[in-house]
Amino acid sequence: MRRFALIAAPYLWLLALFLVPFAIVLKISLSDYAVSIPPYTPQFDWATGIGAFLEKLDFENFIWLSEDDLYWKAYLSSLKIALISTFMTLLVGYPIAYAMARAPEEWRATLMMLVILPFWTSFLIRVYAWMGILSNEGFLNQFLLWIGVISEPLTILNTNTAVYIGIVYTYLPFMILPIYAALERLDDSLIEAAEDLGCSRLTAFWLVTIPLSKNGIIAGCFLVFIPVIGEFVIPSLLGGSDTLMIGKVLWEEFFSNRDWPVASAVAVVLLLLLIIPIVLFQRNQQKQQEADT
Amino acid sequence: MTRMSWFNTVSLTLGFAFLYVPMLILVIFSFNDGKLVTVWAGFSTKWYGELMQNEAFLNAAWVTIKVAVVSSTIATVLGTMAAYVLVRGGRFMGRTLFSGMIYAPLVMPEVITGLSLLLLFIGIGLDRGVLTIILAHTTFSMCYVSVVVSSRLMTFDRSLEEAALDLGCSAAQAFRLVTLPIIAPAVISGWLLAFTLSLDDLVIASFTSGPAATTLPIKIYSAVRLGVSPEINALSTIMIAIVTIGVITASLVNKRQLVRQQRDEQAAVRS
Repeated sequence: MRRFALIAAPYLWLLALFLVPFAIVLKISLSDYAVSIPPYTPQFDWATGIGAFLEKLDFENFIWLSEDDLYWKAYLSSLKIALISTFMTLLVGYPIAYAMARAPEEWRATLMMLVILPFWTSFLIRVYAWMGILSNEGFLNQFLLWIGVISEPLTILNTNTAVYIGIVYTYLPFMILPIYAALERLDDSLIEAAEDLGCSRLTAFWLVTIPLSKNGIIAGCFLVFIPVIGEFVIPSLLGGSDTLMIGKVLWEEFFSNRDWPVASAVAVVLLLLLIIPIVLFQRNQQKQQEADT
Repeated sequence: MTRMSWFNTVSLTLGFAFLYVPMLILVIFSFNDGKLVTVWAGFSTKWYGELMQNEAFLNAAWVTIKVAVVSSTIATVLGTMAAYVLVRGGRFMGRTLFSGMIYAPLVMPEVITGLSLLLLFIGIGLDRGVLTIILAHTTFSMCYVSVVVSSRLMTFDRSLEEAALDLGCSAAQAFRLVTLPIIAPAVISGWLLAFTLSLDDLVIASFTSGPAATTLPIKIYSAVRLGVSPEINALSTIMIAIVTIGVITASLVNKRQLVRQQRDEQAAVRS
């Protein structure tokens, strides 16, 4: 009896507040838009039953999504931004993780804490910090003008460049930590052996260190890529009007256009888009866990 | 590895500069006398004074703290239960669905979680306000708590529990007297994680809050959309300071505990 209660409490909570809401999104994504409150006509009615539902089922909103350029472009551009920024985060994060793993042992705990600390600090504040740096009168432009690299301020804020900078900055800890974990376990004697056998330091790095930290790299890339796809705060604060990301489109569809059925359809397609990377990530994690035990 | 190569020194220096300089600039300019956050006009703490007089911000801060305390506490209880069930519960009907529902919110985009919860609340006619934000935050943060606690439970030596049961404890007593004290650090860090996630959340709160309840991130977001302002810098500085003190204290306490544990173990071996 007690065991039943133990299982039932979290189970029912998640059913009611995770699964049921999602079923509602699915249902509304199949409904028609209407000028009323709530702004849609339900497609599924318990009174008329499943037969009538199937008769009227037309995937209208999904067809609308596939016909309107905006949504295609938004999905593709989210994918593009996520891919490029994941790669950039890897380029910035790997040397940091590598240097941390090579640092004297007594420093490592402190360095770890310094990487984690920004993660506990508000995401919104960290994005906001870049608004003052990247604006036309911002610090970056002031600095570049002062050292004489440029003669006129660059427009960075409200462009895709600012979005990339913001993503690399906020997601960097997610990339560093798994790579650091993989590199820290790396046995130095393997690299020494490679060098003894005639590898240059660079070849040894390429042939030994990188392959052995593969799992960390993969985990870090997924941890950045998956959340960036649906990102809203960064494109809306640092991006411009031409920065198309699907999270932002969904937000505007819902709050500005008040088109709930289309917003729901956007959500369903976004989730379908994410299933592949999520399943791949899950598999990779499982493989790693099995290898560890 | 006794000495760091120049390459490693440079990447650490540049890396940590990249992580910390933006926040440092933010903090410095919260003490700026001028209205601009990019031109230094002398030292002043006037923005902090103005912040303290800003009713809207203070109200939002109060709502945010209330939501965070309540939601992270419920989330910790439910999340710990879920972790215990997943690691120790054995087989039961719908176990796969259950573990799926625990992991899915971790990778679910916030816009989708927010949208789906809002549609639920409207569907059942629940007025949006503090209660709905608490429900929403509890739902996603209990999953984080459960992940943190279950990773501790997995490395936990079961024979300790079995010994307690052999010595006549009931299952509930064994949990309270043996399991809970051992997993306590994980439960506490789960609570802290849930608390910060709730403090920090903008997207889900925007969907699930009503006009009656505005949280601090929502307030900051709408102010920041209009551009940078020294008042927001001051607010950010206060929040950064609280987090920094919290994290450093937690890690010192952890370290102390670790040292004491090691000493106890050594003492036990010697005697």
